[in-house]
Amino acid sequence: MTRTTEPPATPAKQVAASPRKAALSEGKKAERKLGLLLCAPAALIMVAVTGWPIIYSFWLSLQRYDLKFPDDREFIWFDNYVAVLSSPYWWNAMWVTVLLTVVSVAIELVLGMALALLMHRTLVGRGIVRTSSLIPYGLVTVVAAFSWRFAWTPGTGYLVALMEEGSAPLTEKVPSLLIITLAEVWKTTPFMALLLMAGLALVPDDLLKAAAMDGAGGWQRFLKITVPIMKPAILVALLFRTLDAFRVFDNIYVLTSGSNGTSSVSVIAANNLIRGLNLGIGSTMSVLIFIAVAIIAFVFIKVFGTAAPGSDEGGRR
Amino acid sequence: MGATRRYRLAAGVGAAVLAAGTLTACGSGDQGITVNVYKYNQENFQAIVDNCNAKAGGRYKIVYNKLPREADGQREQMVRRLAAEDASMDVLGLDVTWTAELAKAGWIREFTGSVKSQVEDGTLRTPLETATYEGKLYGAPDNTNVQLLWYRSDLVPTPPKTWDEMISMAEALVAEGKPGRIVGQGKQYEGLVVLFNTLVNSNGGKILDENGTKAVVDDKAVEALAALKKLATSKAIDPSFSNAAEDDARLAMEAGRAAFQLNWPYVYSAAQKKPDFAANFKWAPYPALGGGESKVTVGGINYAVSRYTAHPDESFEAVLCLRSAENQKIAATKDGVPPTIRSVYDDPEMDQAYPMKDAILQTLENASSRPASPAYQNVSTVISTILSPPADIDPKPTADRMRKELQDAIESKGVLP
Repeated sequence: MTRTTEPPATPAKQVAASPRKAALSEGKKAERKLGLLLCAPAALIMVAVTGWPIIYSFWLSLQRYDLKFPDDREFIWFDNYVAVLSSPYWWNAMWVTVLLTVVSVAIELVLGMALALLMHRTLVGRGIVRTSSLIPYGLVTVVAAFSWRFAWTPGTGYLVALMEEGSAPLTEKVPSLLIITLAEVWKTTPFMALLLMAGLALVPDDLLKAAAMDGAGGWQRFLKITVPIMKPAILVALLFRTLDAFRVFDNIYVLTSGSNGTSSVSVIAANNLIRGLNLGIGSTMSVLIFIAVAIIAFVFIKVFGTAAPGSDEGGRR
Repeated sequence: MGATRRYRLAAGVGAAVLAAGTLTACGSGDQGITVNVYKYNQENFQAIVDNCNAKAGGRYKIVYNKLPREADGQREQMVRRLAAEDASMDVLGLDVTWTAELAKAGWIREFTGSVKSQVEDGTLRTPLETATYEGKLYGAPDNTNVQLLWYRSDLVPTPPKTWDEMISMAEALVAEGKPGRIVGQGKQYEGLVVLFNTLVNSNGGKILDENGTKAVVDDKAVEALAALKKLATSKAIDPSFSNAAEDDARLAMEAGRAAFQLNWPYVYSAAQKKPDFAANFKWAPYPALGGGESKVTVGGINYAVSRYTAHPDESFEAVLCLRSAENQKIAATKDGVPPTIRSVYDDPEMDQAYPMKDAILQTLENASSRPASPAYQNVSTVISTILSPPADIDPKPTADRMRKELQDAIESKGVLP
């Protein structure tokens, strides 16, 4: 470790580590150091605002901690997890959430694709078509949910008036779930369409024309050319929407507030945490939701190979 | 660069000084003491506040902060701010079922000394009971409420005295092809808990023990479950019962489907808008179960003083004024909420707004309160979930399940639905 031997050793190491990269000049090094320094505050704040709450809620989930009984606070390891995972209410909420997610995302994919094709192909009034189809996405979810609630409430509703006299669909489980799905689909299909449209722009017209010349029909061109080229965009759209749909809260909160077994996992967590003041059980549910979301993201990225559209690696299979 | 940095530093210090200035301005100071009252949206409450402000003569000023209409929304907002030790809330308008929870959490102050004796003086027993937890007074009853039996005098010449009598009278009417149905609150919500609590107490049973620490659900409660099932499966029950809240029951009777209705007194003023219907719309005490008098569940609002208030003395004084006999009369005649001070009922002005005041008073004298437990929210959720739909009740097994889940609920062990 003398001054004479050190300088040549550093480039040699770097060459060995990454043969394609040239040694960094002094200027580049300084620039990189400055870059890191400039990033540091932002990175630290990110860790503080995302990392700390996660750690704190995990810490809370290991305690019996109910604001109603402040004297009974104690550390109980994983008892809260046992209580939540053995509760039929939790599993009902879990299945409701999974069902809502799968059904609404599937419908959104089909409708969103149709809408994207429509927006992509429209020649006249493209701006108007795009703008008008984006209106539902532009509305605040709570506002939209309230308008759905009033529409389905006897007395104020125009939609409930179409049903049999005396029916109140938002007071029964299955009709409520159908209405929640409808509200979700109506609200987020434009978002799906927007992401898919970005994917459609990647499909070269020449390829489609060549396939048409070879005698491929419209359906064949769509399935064999458009969809495979769009695959990264479709997967990203599905990932975004699945993660979003799994955390569904506002629509359910406004439409039924979780009565008649229509709670999603987020609603039941909020009920226990904010209404029930049970920080232990509520945090346990939050941690479980976090794990479920992480699993969904993992499956999409590792199993289906989702990656950002246009990134050169294109994900691994 | 040095200049810019110095400028930024100066700006930062300036901002901090400004912020500190605004913060201190928020506390008490030049403008005198403010007592913030948080209460549900009561139409003519501002008039009462103005009365009290005039009486305070500038020593403090009461400000009315409106909370949402729905009970859950009110509780959520207050509880969240109390948990954050918010010093800007002084007086809280609490639903009668929240006393235990907020007292146990240490969020509201005990009433002691002369303030306590002034609250207790002349106040009806059951409303006072709802403001008491573990033998200490934590609230001052503002208004109370009890359900009555409402019936159509053109179909029912003499009102039924007992639960079974009501059901058999209604069934006879229905068999004759007359609109003799019974309407009430059978939806999965607090209203169903109120109905169940009335039946259990009338029959001499218990849901929780005295201290609210143990789930009892005794044999008398099992009989109450059977009575509820009998109503829900009777030929005379309205088909919408399992989805009906207060207003659904009222509308069903006004639409001419029912001859009997179990509901709060507000249905009387609502009925006056339909003179034909109102002419035959009469009231009677709640039908009794298991001999003796019925013990009807009380509702209503109590005032409490936040633990985090900076002005406890002024807050207690404001509470005494807001619930004074004079102001309770204003609330009763203008907003239709029954008073908690006995003497207000004797005021001649009450006769017009409250022709049923004797029935209310008679019911109040024997009324019952809902189980006092810090975990009442959990208790209520469990009861309404288990009882819903009421037609599916199987008295003995339902009671066993309720006992088990209630025990978990009061220990805050279980998961809330």
